[in-house]
Amino acid sequence: MVALPFTAGKAADRGGRPSPFQLLIANRLSAAGLAILALIVTLAFLTPILPLPDPDITDPARRLLTPGADGHLLGTDHLGRDLLSRLLWGTRVSIVVGLSATLIAAIVGSLIGLTAGYAGGRTDSVLMRGIDLVMAFPYILLALGIVAVLGPGLLNALYAIAVVNIPFFARNIRGMTLGLSRREFVDAARLSGASHPAILFGDVLPNVLPTIVVTMSTTVGWMILETAGLSFLGLGAQPPQADLGSMLGEGRKLLFTAPHVSVIPGLMIFVLVMSINLVGDGIRDVLDPRLKSGALAAPGAATAVKRETVPEKPATGAVLSVEGLSTRFQTGSRVYKAVGGVDLDLAPGERVGLVGESGSGKSVTALSLLRLVPTPPGTITAGRVTIGGEDQLGASVEDLRRLRGGQVAYVFQDPLTTLHPLFTVGQQIVEALQAHQPLSRRQAEARAIELLERVQIPSAKARFEAYPHELSGGMRQRVCIAMALANDPELIIADEPTTALDVTVQAQVLKLMRGLSEAQGSAVLFITHDFGVVSELCDRVAVMYAGRIVEIGPTQDVLDTPAHPYTRKLIDCVPVLGQPERRLDAIEGLPPPVDRLPPGCAFAERCPIAEPRCRESEISLNGLSAGRAVRCIKPHGVAS
Amino acid sequence: MWIYIGKRLIATVPILLGLSVIVFGMMALIPGDPATAILGSYATPENVERLNSQLGLDKPLVEQYFIWLGNLLQGDMGRSYALNRPVADEVFERFGATLVLAGASLILCSIFGLIAGIAAAVRQFGWTDRIVTFLVLIGISTPSFWLGLLLIMLFAVELQWLPASGMFAIYGGGGPLDLLRHLAMPAVTLAVVATAVIARLTRAAMLEVLRQDYIRTARAKGVSERRVIYRHAFKAALVSVIPVIGIQAGFVLGGAVYIETVFQWPGIGRMLVNAISTRDLLLVQGGVLVVAASYVFFNLIADVAQTIVDPRLR
Repeated sequence: MVALPFTAGKAADRGGRPSPFQLLIANRLSAAGLAILALIVTLAFLTPILPLPDPDITDPARRLLTPGADGHLLGTDHLGRDLLSRLLWGTRVSIVVGLSATLIAAIVGSLIGLTAGYAGGRTDSVLMRGIDLVMAFPYILLALGIVAVLGPGLLNALYAIAVVNIPFFARNIRGMTLGLSRREFVDAARLSGASHPAILFGDVLPNVLPTIVVTMSTTVGWMILETAGLSFLGLGAQPPQADLGSMLGEGRKLLFTAPHVSVIPGLMIFVLVMSINLVGDGIRDVLDPRLKSGALAAPGAATAVKRETVPEKPATGAVLSVEGLSTRFQTGSRVYKAVGGVDLDLAPGERVGLVGESGSGKSVTALSLLRLVPTPPGTITAGRVTIGGEDQLGASVEDLRRLRGGQVAYVFQDPLTTLHPLFTVGQQIVEALQAHQPLSRRQAEARAIELLERVQIPSAKARFEAYPHELSGGMRQRVCIAMALANDPELIIADEPTTALDVTVQAQVLKLMRGLSEAQGSAVLFITHDFGVVSELCDRVAVMYAGRIVEIGPTQDVLDTPAHPYTRKLIDCVPVLGQPERRLDAIEGLPPPVDRLPPGCAFAERCPIAEPRCRESEISLNGLSAGRAVRCIKPHGVAS
Repeated sequence: MWIYIGKRLIATVPILLGLSVIVFGMMALIPGDPATAILGSYATPENVERLNSQLGLDKPLVEQYFIWLGNLLQGDMGRSYALNRPVADEVFERFGATLVLAGASLILCSIFGLIAGIAAAVRQFGWTDRIVTFLVLIGISTPSFWLGLLLIMLFAVELQWLPASGMFAIYGGGGPLDLLRHLAMPAVTLAVVATAVIARLTRAAMLEVLRQDYIRTARAKGVSERRVIYRHAFKAALVSVIPVIGIQAGFVLGGAVYIETVFQWPGIGRMLVNAISTRDLLLVQGGVLVVAASYVFFNLIADVAQTIVDPRLR
């Protein structure tokens, strides 16, 4: 214990991961559990040498003394035996019995699991059918049946509890082993001529050991509880031997006259099991973090906004006006500036492409507009998003709700994960309609079928009843588009809506979106990494890099004369039909990590024409010609 | 859907047969002469011999099993010598009482477990979440038989609001209100652990679901937050919570053994404990078999419910 601060300091110096024990102690509840458990175990261990009366000496003259009585700290029972002494001796028995049952269950269950997982085939199915059968019994009932066969007694209760817990180990270990025995290092051991037991215990077992420990630590409390239960029923420890359960069972008969005789051992079981569960949860979180339930934060209804200043209301007639938008993600001590000050306007009916590599911040920009970035870890830290004349970063949740799917609609990337798997597509469209319009069920259904027809879904009436998994990818995306169109939005934000689709389907969906936007006059903000898609669909294009717009302008101008070196590289990546000899250059290097952005141009490291002054200070977005701007000090085609 | 239910029903047959083999095998494993074990050590030699031939114990084990199974299918589970009545009569009478208790507990733990789990997930890291997490920890660590005693001391002895015991028959007697008064404490006690387990898993399932893309879609189309939680997220979470409720049926049916002993409830659990003490092994056999079979059907119901919620499983 004395060495702890020292090791903690060392771990911090290394900057590495803290040891499992440190992690366990860092969890305050687990640390408390460990302290209580250590105290109980120490007391139980020292019981034989503590100055206590013999637990079995009866003294009828001093029976049923209440706690605090002279010489008997916790009082006496119906035979005048000292309760404190009996409690500690009983705790000893309960701990030993619980641990033994856990060990037996762990060893037998793990052996079954290892064998089944490693052997596979018929051995596996026979063993696992047996395990399934054991699990088909209500847990305690099977234990009762076993005790019935073996006869009441502490040892038999121990066996019974061990047997009914074997399936937990067998199942967990089998799953792990199954995965491991297909791995290369096991194949290598097999080829080197090692025997099966040698592989199983030498190579596989060390890898499943953490799982065994986790399963033990999460079941041992339960096993102590259950063996105590059997003793309580009179089927475990037999007099004069006593564990906590049998003490409780005996005390029950005196419930009305001397409640302390049953309350005290029960309290001990409770505290013991709770401390074990606390430690067990801690061990599980440390050794197997994937099992830590609910550790990851679930996002709320809207992204948190923490701005120091709010930019002035812009004097434009734009559907969407974005100024200085910044969004950050914070995990631990790291801050990722995913969006670092984006300015963008969309005129009514205009289609603008937002282009960039993955990680450039284009999707986060799109989600930030209606505060759909998950918080935590996301926070909008600066800027203003003006839609319908109002600053939406300051809007109430209800105002935001009216806007979402109403004036502004989203279409997301993967239609399989973005549609709810448990509702029919019809229900989902109806819901979008009813969220914004006072329609009756029947009206909404009729309108939903109309929408499905409008996105060219064949036999729309029948498809209305379909679940998402029953439709193809292209059909699903059409459903998403229908849902977006439900309330005649002024602006559709489409976040890579064609990326997850087949090439032929992509073209159809693009054509559909173009047609619908023209027919309806909706503006479209189209997020993509594909310049080919942009040239098909968009009037203007904005190129993003490392959280910022580096070039913006009319699509054709930017395609013909890209000014930023990054834009040029991106355009070079697009294959052109009929030009097979054209060289496709991948862009060398990677974008800078957005938690460690350089002071100057973020692209400088990958730029073929970078100079020292590019790296010195921030570079602003400078106007080039009408409607064009670029964030570069040496824009291509412009004399500097 | 009906085809699915039919298939699942057929799939329970091998499970039920497996259960019968295990239960039968247990009796065969009893050390010494089964007839002596059944009749007790004071049985006369004639009685032992008569029972041996009655039970067909002079035949091979496999044949014995099929004779036993045949009798079982005709509703004959043998005769309890201690009670001097057919095992089947006693078991089914007792099982009714257990089913009332277990059913009430299952309803309680489902309702409160789901509510607590959702409340905790919606206010993750908030006070509600902390309180629920803490109560869950207490719930799964409390010995139910001890909790029952504490409740008796409080509500029956101190406050005298509820009876500590005195439940004799489920049907007749004091009518439904009297049944509820007797049922309240045992049902709550039995439900505590299951409530904690369901709450913990519901919380985890809700948090998992709330991170999914389709929840973002629901928010993006302007669905109210209430609806997002209670319709979109809850329905999806239910898919993984329903099997857990099915498993809790097993824990409640088993845990009834303690609760029936504490509250003197005339169910099958208390019958089993008594039967083990008196070595009335045919009664144990019949009781274990009936409760285990009912658990198989609880799981069947859970499977079907899960399929109703999740169309992908059809």
